[in-house]
Amino acid sequence: MFKKDLGASPKQKLKSSIQRSLRNSLLSTYPLLTPHIDEVLPKKLSLEQIKLPDRVNLYVIEGQPLFYQQDGAGYLVPHLRLVHRFPQAFPTIRIDRGAIRFVLSGATLMAPGLTSKGGRLPEPKERESEPVAEGVPNEGPDEEGRWSRELEKGEPVVVMAEGKEEACAVGLLVAGTKEVKEKGKGPVIEEAHFLGDGLWRLNVE
Amino acid sequence: MAEPVSVARNVIYCGVCTLPPEYCEYGGTVKKCQEWLEKNHPSMYERIWSPEVLEAATASLSLEAQERAAKDAKKKAAKAEAAEQKHAQQLANSVITIKRIERNKRKYVTSVSGLEAFGLELKKVAKDFGKKFATGSSVTKTPSGGEEIVVQGDVSGEIEEFLLEKYKDIPEDNIELVEDKKKKASAG
Ligand SMILES: [Zn+2]
Repeated sequence: MFKKDLGASPKQKLKSSIQRSLRNSLLSTYPLLTPHIDEVLPKKLSLEQIKLPDRVNLYVIEGQPLFYQQDGAGYLVPHLRLVHRFPQAFPTIRIDRGAIRFVLSGATLMAPGLTSKGGRLPEPKERESEPVAEGVPNEGPDEEGRWSRELEKGEPVVVMAEGKEEACAVGLLVAGTKEVKEKGKGPVIEEAHFLGDGLWRLNVE
Repeated sequence: MAEPVSVARNVIYCGVCTLPPEYCEYGGTVKKCQEWLEKNHPSMYERIWSPEVLEAATASLSLEAQERAAKDAKKKAAKAEAAEQKHAQQLANSVITIKRIERNKRKYVTSVSGLEAFGLELKKVAKDFGKKFATGSSVTKTPSGGEEIVVQGDVSGEIEEFLLEKYKDIPEDNIELVEDKKKKASAG
């Protein structure tokens, strides 16, 4: 999605009503962010918008990129720098080591990179630990890095990598994780934001 | 109730390729990345680039995949090197002009142009100048459509020194000092 360097419009301050509605939609998409929302979107600072090509809006605070959205609708997707700050707040899958270099060159993420030994797809199970906040779904990864709920087609997901601590990509699933496991082939994420892409390199200060 | 504790992680990013250092191996600047990490975060360097870790990393790939990855890395490195050479060539041909301009009798301003060729952000540098020389300093448009920094007072020499000191990839020969005498009877 952001394979090339991006031309960006000047920053534009958002009205507080729009900021509020973005905050709500961020929380409804990522309920696990609930305990950290005031740190992600400090009330005193104002959220700014940068228009990117292909009708993508990027939202930033104090020169920190937070998340983007295409066509002013659909899911808000976190910028990888936000994912690195709050990794526990976003559902994840994991690719094996061999798939890393393909993902980092902007290739479509394919099922075999996830179904192999080094990959991780969700495995639904009851969690023993408490939810992170009241009214928030109790989900998260197990010790092996398998998310505790199947993820639906169209949902945003963070891509971790075998042997690495930090996430390497984020994007919308073009196939549900259950289907990915059953079929074992085909594309899983087509237009990802990945480490080193145009969005990563964009200077928003 | 206690104040909630901040939980945001502060991730270190590579000073060369900007990725988390564990991903430096996928860029074309591995050597430089390694040097940077060893110098700036030695313990992280040990963790990421120790022989044991590297061995474990390659062991999980098939021989064929290893060969392809190695070939890929070579290509990337060559590409990065070519880009760097081109960049170096560009820098060698870029000139920063520091001009002393007489505004009124014995009142000067100093303009600095050409900094953007060295990847500097004019707004930030202007702020630095202002702080460093305790004087007014701002980015202004030039008639030719570009931008330059205008600093109050005659600080040409100091600016040259400051630039050379702070930005090591600006060669001294690429800075020129010029003087712009006020033309008599010009309006303004
Ligand atoms: Zn690096």
